[in-house]
Amino acid sequence: MSRTREITVTVNGAAFEGAVEPRLLLVDFLRHTLGLTGTHVGCEHGVCGACTILLDGDSVRSCLLFAVQTDGRRVETVESLGRIGQMNALQESFHEHHALQCGFCTPGMLMTATDLLKKYPLATDDDIREGLSGNLCRCTGYDHIVKAIRALLTSKAGAVR
Amino acid sequence: MKPASFDYVAADSIDMAVASLAEARGGAKIIAGGQSLVPMLNFRMLRPALLVDINPIAGMAFIEDAGKDIRIGALTRHHQIETSAVIARHLPILSCAMTHVAHLAIRNRGTIGGSLAHADPAAELPMMALLLDAEIRVASSSGMRTVAARDFFLGALTVDLADGEIVTEIALPKVPPKTGWGFEEVARRSGDFALAAVAVVLTVSEGAIAQARIALTGVGPTPLRAADAEALLVGGAFEPGVAGRLTDAVRAAVEPDSDLHASSEYRRHLAGVLAGRAVAGAWRRANEAAA
Repeated sequence: MSRTREITVTVNGAAFEGAVEPRLLLVDFLRHTLGLTGTHVGCEHGVCGACTILLDGDSVRSCLLFAVQTDGRRVETVESLGRIGQMNALQESFHEHHALQCGFCTPGMLMTATDLLKKYPLATDDDIREGLSGNLCRCTGYDHIVKAIRALLTSKAGAVR
Repeated sequence: MKPASFDYVAADSIDMAVASLAEARGGAKIIAGGQSLVPMLNFRMLRPALLVDINPIAGMAFIEDAGKDIRIGALTRHHQIETSAVIARHLPILSCAMTHVAHLAIRNRGTIGGSLAHADPAAELPMMALLLDAEIRVASSSGMRTVAARDFFLGALTVDLADGEIVTEIALPKVPPKTGWGFEEVARRSGDFALAAVAVVLTVSEGAIAQARIALTGVGPTPLRAADAEALLVGGAFEPGVAGRLTDAVRAAVEPDSDLHASSEYRRHLAGVLAGRAVAGAWRRANEAAA
């Protein structure tokens, strides 16, 4: 085992200070060290999108980052969005539109959608599909996920008017 | 699916990074975005003794209009290039190409220096560097040097970089006035590596093509320029008779492999079709720019 490193990282608003082995993937750090099992481990090579989290506000794959690289940085996981009985608007929209079945891809879908909504106008449903193309779902056929995001955009536009 | 053990250095300067590389005597890998490297570590295709993390280096992610050239720092993320106003204004074909690079979460993290140094045979950025006659600046503990993109890509995943060297910056010459561009790609799914992609820039003068550049990726071990196809375009207008000869010249220039995703024949066929479309698009935009 190689030398461990001391890191300080803010995860969902709480500071973690401790030692990590350099080869520890961020997703394993989140799940095993911090017990934040909302983030799912799928392919472990950056293809499925299930482990998507926000690093300093940008969506990234937590299977393609090492925990040691998050020293001094800010990480947000699906646990930051809301909790049972207190879901955020995106989660409510997923619930409302049946945008999940088994739920394995859902944390990655939610974190990707959070970043997409921030960075792109998503004028058409094709734009939403393009934006979600890095996240695999084997249950829904994607239609209801697209609908959930579209509905949120529509309700936000309504709120602005 | 977990990496083998490695030691880790967070470099906060290029000097520190190259010193760490030199000390490791070939046992180190640089990690920039890590979007290609970490899968290879997870699969244990690579087992470096040391990872030199260059992400903490300040001032290595930038897009700068330097007059003749656009200079891009090696640590610039794909999403920064995709959304850069400077790139959109001077090299719009690069803005378009970036939307084909993987997915948002990958583009948020992946870097231009990493993509060029990794040199995946189906990646977009090596093709764009070759198309735009990029110069790649490289540092090592013994100093700096500059490599032209045409000399940089040596084979699949193989570039002109020694163990102790690191890409620091990419300089892309601005295109001349009256230039149009075309970009065409076919991938199995949105964001996948290209089965074949073609990028074209044409400069027109008095109704004829004065300069033509055609680059391809996914159709050989490295990106390539279709020199014969470029030559036959120069001096005339882009007309239906030329289109047929262009397709043949592009197909003759490529040597695609067969793999799980597509046969060699299909990739060669695609290269011709996509080149025709990309040149037509570039011809239209060049004439609009000249009007």
